[in-house]
Amino acid sequence: MFDQIDLTKLIFGRLTWEAIPYHEPILIATFAAVILGGIALLVALTYFRLWGYLWREWFTSIDHKKIGIMYIILALVMLLRGFADAIMMRIQQAWAFGDSAGYLPPDHYDQIFTAHGVIMIFFVAMPLVTGIMNYVVPLQIGARDVAFPFLNNFSFWMTTSGAVLVMVSLFIGEFAKTGWLAYPPLAGIDKSPGVGVDYYIWALQIAGVGTLLSGVNLLVTIVKMRAPGMTMMKMPVFTWTALCTNVLIVAAFPVLTAVLAMLTLDRYLGTNFFTEDLGGNAMMYINLIWIWGHPEVYILILPAFGVFSEIVSTYSGKRLFGYASMVYATVVITVLSYLVWLHHFFTMGSGASVNSFFGITTMIISIPTGAKVFNWLFTMYRGRIRFDVPMLWTVGFMVTFVIGGMTGVLLAVPPADFVLHNSLFLIAHFHNVIIGGVLFGMLAAITYWFPKAFGFKLDPFWGKVSFWFWLTGFYFAFMPLYVLGLMGVTRRMSQFDDPSLQIWFQVAAFGAVLIAIGIAAFLIQLVVSFMRRESLRDETGDPWDGRTLEWSTSSPPPAYNFAFTPRVHDLDAWWQMKQHGYKRPESGFLPIHMPKNTGAGIILAGISTVLGFALIWHMWLLAGVSFLGLLVVAIGHTFNYNRDYHIPVEEVERVEAERTRVLANHG
Amino acid sequence: MRGTLDYLQYSAMPILKLVRGLSLAAAVALLAGCDAVVMSPSGDVAAQQRDLIVWATVLMLLVIVPVIILTLLFAWRYRSSNKEATYKPDWDHSTVLELVIWGVPLLIIIALGAMTYVSTHKLDPYRPLDRIGPGQPVPEGVEPLVVEVVSLDWKWLFFYPEQGIATVNELAAPVDRPIRFKITSSSTMNSFFIPALAGQIYAMAGMETKLHGVINEEGIYDGFSANYSGAGFSHMRFKFHGMSDADFGEWVAKVAAEGDTLDRDVYRELEKPSEREPVHYYADVDPTLYDAILNLCVEPGTMCMKDMMMFGHGGHGGGNVGKDDGHEGHGDPAAGHGHEQHQ
Amino acid sequence: MVDTTQTQQAQGQQLQFHETEEHHPQTGTMLGFWLYLMSDCLIFASLFATYGVLGRSYAGGPTGAELFDLPLVAMNTALLLLSSITYGFAMLEMQKNRVRGTIGWLLITGLFGVGFLSLELYEFAHLIHVGAGPQTSAFLTSFFALVGTHGLHVFFGIVWLVTLCFQLRKYGLIPENKRRVACLSMFWHFLDVVWIGVFTFVYLMGVLV
Repeated sequence: MFDQIDLTKLIFGRLTWEAIPYHEPILIATFAAVILGGIALLVALTYFRLWGYLWREWFTSIDHKKIGIMYIILALVMLLRGFADAIMMRIQQAWAFGDSAGYLPPDHYDQIFTAHGVIMIFFVAMPLVTGIMNYVVPLQIGARDVAFPFLNNFSFWMTTSGAVLVMVSLFIGEFAKTGWLAYPPLAGIDKSPGVGVDYYIWALQIAGVGTLLSGVNLLVTIVKMRAPGMTMMKMPVFTWTALCTNVLIVAAFPVLTAVLAMLTLDRYLGTNFFTEDLGGNAMMYINLIWIWGHPEVYILILPAFGVFSEIVSTYSGKRLFGYASMVYATVVITVLSYLVWLHHFFTMGSGASVNSFFGITTMIISIPTGAKVFNWLFTMYRGRIRFDVPMLWTVGFMVTFVIGGMTGVLLAVPPADFVLHNSLFLIAHFHNVIIGGVLFGMLAAITYWFPKAFGFKLDPFWGKVSFWFWLTGFYFAFMPLYVLGLMGVTRRMSQFDDPSLQIWFQVAAFGAVLIAIGIAAFLIQLVVSFMRRESLRDETGDPWDGRTLEWSTSSPPPAYNFAFTPRVHDLDAWWQMKQHGYKRPESGFLPIHMPKNTGAGIILAGISTVLGFALIWHMWLLAGVSFLGLLVVAIGHTFNYNRDYHIPVEEVERVEAERTRVLANHG
Repeated sequence: MRGTLDYLQYSAMPILKLVRGLSLAAAVALLAGCDAVVMSPSGDVAAQQRDLIVWATVLMLLVIVPVIILTLLFAWRYRSSNKEATYKPDWDHSTVLELVIWGVPLLIIIALGAMTYVSTHKLDPYRPLDRIGPGQPVPEGVEPLVVEVVSLDWKWLFFYPEQGIATVNELAAPVDRPIRFKITSSSTMNSFFIPALAGQIYAMAGMETKLHGVINEEGIYDGFSANYSGAGFSHMRFKFHGMSDADFGEWVAKVAAEGDTLDRDVYRELEKPSEREPVHYYADVDPTLYDAILNLCVEPGTMCMKDMMMFGHGGHGGGNVGKDDGHEGHGDPAAGHGHEQHQ
Repeated sequence: MVDTTQTQQAQGQQLQFHETEEHHPQTGTMLGFWLYLMSDCLIFASLFATYGVLGRSYAGGPTGAELFDLPLVAMNTALLLLSSITYGFAMLEMQKNRVRGTIGWLLITGLFGVGFLSLELYEFAHLIHVGAGPQTSAFLTSFFALVGTHGLHVFFGIVWLVTLCFQLRKYGLIPENKRRVACLSMFWHFLDVVWIGVFTFVYLMGVLV
C-alpha cells in the first residue's frame, strides 16, 4: 500500500487532476481554443506535408537568418498572449469599482499581471531584440553566419522552451502571483506554496540559458567576424548597439541565474537565503535581481536606439549625424547601467547619501540618451526625409520617448520617488519607454528589414493604420495612468473604492482597444502583404536606398549571404559602393564553407522542457531521467565532428546568375 | 527615391494630428493633476515633495519641449517633397553642435543633480523634522508623536506607545505636530503610504524602517500599502485622520475606553491573513509586543533575533534588526542592504 | 568627418569592394569560451557577495571557526592545485602531439579532481551529520551554495574530461580536439582560481574571525 503511494508520488509528484483549472470558464475557453487551433494547425501541416520541410529547413536550421525569423515569430505569438493579459487587466480595472468585484478574483488577476510582465519582457521584447540582432548583425558586418551557428539554434529553442512552460502554466496548475520579479518573502514557499513560482523560476532559468549563450555568440560574431576593413569605428550603429547589448547580456544574466537559483534552493531545500528568520535577507534578493534588472532594460532599449539610428539616416538620405558621439553615448549608457539599480527601491530605507548617489547616476544616463535624441534630430536636419512606415515609427518614438525619459528622470529624484514609487505613474513611465522605445523600435525594424528577409515589402497602408492606432492607443492607454499615479493610485490593484477614478481607467481601457486594433492591423498587414507580394516585390535587394552592407545582397539573401566577403572602407559601406558605381562580380566564384543543420538543439531544448516540468511538479523520477537524457544527448552531440560542408561552386554560380537575371530585368 | 509623391499627403497630416493629440493629453493631464492628492497634499513633507516634482518637471521641459517641437518641425521642413529645403547628404559633424548636444543635457542634469542631492538629504524620511510648514520651525518643546506601524496580511496595526493604545486600520494624529513612524511587517513586504502626508517607505519583517511627517490640515485621508503583497492587497487600506489637538485627545480617550486587550495571543489571531478588516481599537496593549513582532519572537519559546544574532559572537550582529530608540541615524537596516558589498 | 575625407581621397583611385579569395574569419571559440567563463565568474561573484552578506548570520547556530577543519581543506586545496599542474603537463604533451601522454596526464588530473570532490563530499556529509546542514542558518546556506556550486563545476569538469579522453583516443589530436583540450584547460584553471578565493574568503577568514 505504502509502496504504491510512494510510486505515484515519485512519478506524478504533486500533479493531480486538481491542477487542471476546469472551474475557470475563461481558462477552459482559452484551452479549448488553443487545442482546436492546435489540432487545426497540426492537421494542416500534415495535410500539406510540411513537417519534413519545417524540420529540415527551419527547426534544425543553423542559418542565422532563419533563426532570427523564428525568434520574431515566437515574439509575435507571445505578444498576443501578453496583450490578452493586458486587455483583461484593463477591463478588470475599468470595471471593479465599489461593490462590483469585476470579473477576475484576485487569485486570477494576480497571475495575469505577473504573466503579463514576465511574458512581455522575457518572451516578447527579448526574442524581438535577439531575433532582429540575429538576422541583421551578420549581414551588416559582411559575415556568412554567426560565430557558433549550432549554439544559435540551441539558444532559440531554449528560449522557446521557457515560453512553452509559461504557456503550459495556463492550463496545468497556475502561474506565479507575485509580480514579475517574484520578491520574497511573497515568493517564498510559505506565502506561495503552489507551483506558480516554480513555473516562473524554471521558465526563466531555461530561457536564460538561451539568452546567455546567444549573447556570447553575437559578441564573438561582432568581435571576430567583421568584414575586412570594418574597424570598430566603421561599424554600423545598430551593430554597435548590438555589441553593447550583448556585453550587458553576458554581464547581467548570470546574476539572474544565481539569484533565481538561490530562490529555488529556498523553495526546494528550505535554505535561508531570503527567509525572515535564521539570518536570511530578503533585501539581498531585491538588490541582486535589480543588478540584473536594470541592465536588462538597457539590453532592450539599446538595439532599438540602433534601429532608429539606421532608419533615420536611411530615410533622411543622409549620413548619421555625430556617429562618434552616438557610439560613445552607447558605451557610456552600457557602463552606467550597472550603477543605478538601487533607484528601483529608494523606499527601502537606504540613507540619503546612498539614495542621492543612485539618483544622480540615473540622471547622468539621460545625458548620453539626450545626446542620441539630438543626433537623430540633426540627422533629419537638412535631409530629404521619406515618410515610409519605419520613419513614422521613428518620429513617433522620438516624440513619445522623450516624455517617458522625462518622467523617468523625475522618478530618479528620491524624494519624488517616495510619492510616485509603485504607483501607476511608474507603470505609465516604463510602458512609455518600453512601448514608445523598444516596441516602436522593433516594429520599425520589422518593417524596415522585412523586404530583406522575405523579398517583398510590407503593405504601407496597413502599416500606417497599425502605426496610428498604436500611437494614439498608447497615449489613450497610458496618459490616464500618469494622472492616476498623481492621484495616489498604486499598481497591481484588482479592485477600487473611489468611484472618481473610474473614468480614467475607462479611458485607459479604450486606449488598450485602440492598441488591439493596431496589433490587428499589423497582422492584417502581414497577410495583405503576402497576398500582394508580387506588386510589393523587392528585386534590387535595396528597397529603401540603404547605406549598410545588408542592402548589398539580394532579398532574401542566399544561404551564404555574400558570394564574396565585402571589403569595407567607410561607415556607410554600401552607400559608398553605390557612389563609386560598384559592379557586383558575376564570375570567379568559389565553393563556400558553411555549417550543417542539426537537430541537437531542438532535442536538447525539448528534454529541458520536460526536465523543467518535472521539477516544477516534483516528479523526481522524470526529472532524473530527463536530466540524464540531457547529459547523454549533449555528450553524444560532442562526438559529432562532421559539422560543416561546402556549397559547391556550381550552386553559387546558379544562385548568382539568377540574381544577375533579376537585376537585369529590373533595369 | 520611389514613391516620394505618394507620401506628400501623409507627411502633413500626421504631424498636425500628433501636435493636437499631445497638447490635448497634456492639458487634460494638467487639469486633472491639479486636484490629484500627490499634487495637492496636506502635509508639509508631501508638499515639499510636490514642489520638487514641479520644479524638476519644469527644468526638464526646458529641453523636452524644444526637442519635441524641433522633431516635428524638422520632420515637416525636410520632408522629401519639399525641394526648397537645403539637402546636405554628407553633413554629419559639427563641433559646436556636438558641444551643445552634450552640454545642454549636462547643464540641466547638474542643476537637477544639485537639487536631488540637497532635497534627498533634506527630505530623508529618517531625518526628524525641523519644520512643520514653510517658515514654521517645530515649536520648542514639541516632541514628535511616535507611532509604531506593523503591516499584517492584509491590514495595518498601529501602536501608540505614549498613549498605550493600538488600532487596526485607523490612524489619527494632531495637526502641526511632527509624527515619527517606526515601521515593520509581520511577514510580507508592504509599503506604508499616506500620499497626503508624506512619501512611502517599505515595511519589512525583522527590520525597522522610519518615516517622519506632519499633517497641516484637519481632514480624513487615504492610507494604504503601496507594495503588492498578495491576494488581499487591494483592500489593505485605512483612513488617516488629521485632527485638532482637542479632537485627538478625545479620539485617544475613545480608543482607551472602547478598546479591547491586545496581548500576544490576540496578536497571533490578528496576524492570520484576513481581508477588508474593520477598524478595531485596543486599549490594554502589551508594551513589549511591538518589539517582539520586530524581532520575530511573538510565538512563545522563539528566540528574539536581536538576542540570537549576538549569540556568542562578540557582538557581531550582522542581522537586520535595528532597535535604536532616540538614535535617528540609519541603523542596521541600511547596513543590511548590502549594496556596498555588491559593488 | 575623417570618413568623409578618406572617401574624397579615395575618389581618385579604384577601391576594392570585395575579397576575391576565400575569406577566413578568425575562429572565435577561445574568445567565446572565455566570455562564457567570465559569465560563470559572475555567478560566483553573486555567490561570494551573498556569502559576504550572510556569512556572519549564524542565527544562533555554529560558526565557521567551530566547524571548519582547516587541515582537511588544505589537503583539498593541495589536490586541486596539483591537478592544475598536471593539466599543464597534459597541455605540454599535447603541444608535442603525443596523444597517450595527453590522455595520461588528463586522467591523472581527473583523479585529483575526484579526490577533491570526495573530500568535499565527506566534509559536507560530516557537517550535515553534526547538524550544520544548509538549512541551519543563513551562514551555512550561503556556505553550502558557494562551495557546492564550485564542487558542481568540478564534477562537470570531470565529466567533460572523461568524454574528452574518449574523443582523444578515437580521433586523436585533431584541431577540434586540441581546441577542446585548451578550453577545458581554461575551465579547470578557472575553477582553481575560484577555489583559491573560496579557501581564503570562506575558510581562512571564517576561522580567523
